[in-house]
Amino acid sequence: MDAHDFWAALKGRGMNFFSGVPDSSFHDAYNAMLNDPEIRYVPAVREDVALGIASATYFTGGLGGVILQNSGVGNLVNPLTSFNLMYKIPALLVVGWRGYGGPPSDAPEHWIMGAKTPQFFDLLEIPYEILEPDNLDTVLDGLLANIKERSVPGALLVRAGVIS
Amino acid sequence: MIARYQAIESILAQIGSDDLVVSTTGMISRELFTLKDRPGNFYMIGSMGLASAMGLGLAIQAPSKRVFVLEGDGSALMSLGTLPLIASEQPANLVHIILDNEAYESTGRQPSISSNFDLAQTAAATGYPWTRRIEDLEELEAALTEAAAGGQLGLILVKAGIAPIEGIPRVSHTPEEIRDRFRGAVQSPYSTYPFRRSHASASLLRSDGLP
Repeated sequence: MDAHDFWAALKGRGMNFFSGVPDSSFHDAYNAMLNDPEIRYVPAVREDVALGIASATYFTGGLGGVILQNSGVGNLVNPLTSFNLMYKIPALLVVGWRGYGGPPSDAPEHWIMGAKTPQFFDLLEIPYEILEPDNLDTVLDGLLANIKERSVPGALLVRAGVIS
Repeated sequence: MIARYQAIESILAQIGSDDLVVSTTGMISRELFTLKDRPGNFYMIGSMGLASAMGLGLAIQAPSKRVFVLEGDGSALMSLGTLPLIASEQPANLVHIILDNEAYESTGRQPSISSNFDLAQTAAATGYPWTRRIEDLEELEAALTEAAAGGQLGLILVKAGIAPIEGIPRVSHTPEEIRDRFRGAVQSPYSTYPFRRSHASASLLRSDGLP
């Protein structure tokens, strides 16, 4: 899908504040966001810091987004368990899914987390959806409804090549 | 040497009813709660190191509010990379206060490494436009007055002694209560009504024999 369509879908659902750490899975989408004057983006130094920043959006009445590579999911475990899930503060996690399908599909550092990424979210009872080129509106509507209903973070998993 | 709760009292005296305070996990949140519980206090009772990140997100997204971050040296060290991030964003409505007792007091006074260097100098090196290192209460009150009037990002490093309050309670609100009333405070219309601190509750806490 086109990167501009991806951001238009999020903006159309009221999201315009993001923080994160970049990933090559959505390289094109990242650049489109940086050039979008309707999106405020804070380039964080770590994924947990990004989640802290983006969680503040909830207090102003909106929903913040976090952009990260799945290698940063580990950095989110503490803030997810002792902040977002405890206080029930929602956010949307847009997660680049490196190492999808296991070796030899990506670099060795992504193989283990690539295989286990969904299990981390299952373990933490965080809802997630897998983005495909043709299911953007469906997965976003379902995921955002789930996030709102449970007031917890939810993750959108994005493989390389799905957004261009 | 300033006792940390005395520093928090001084800070509370500068905080208006409309101001937002994000306090770190452990004793700092418990002391803030005990000295003056208010809806505009967000007690971050877990997630050590995250208070400054949330304070930054609030300062950017609620520009009509003054945001105070209250954290310790351990918390600041855990998320030291947040200092240059805050300095890069440079929100004019953020006052970042580090209460530095050179120890992890909440877990039993284990020493931290902040005795080896100056976190105010670190912040200045990352680009904070205004920083102060404070060693006594008079200096602190002057710095707080300047920070509150300054209209620019500031960091105050308060060198504090280890002075635990005997029998200090935990924050008694549920996490969702803390969240909901803070959300109300963030979204409340701007007010200039000054906050009046309670001298009575503060003086009760001095029964621990501290000056």
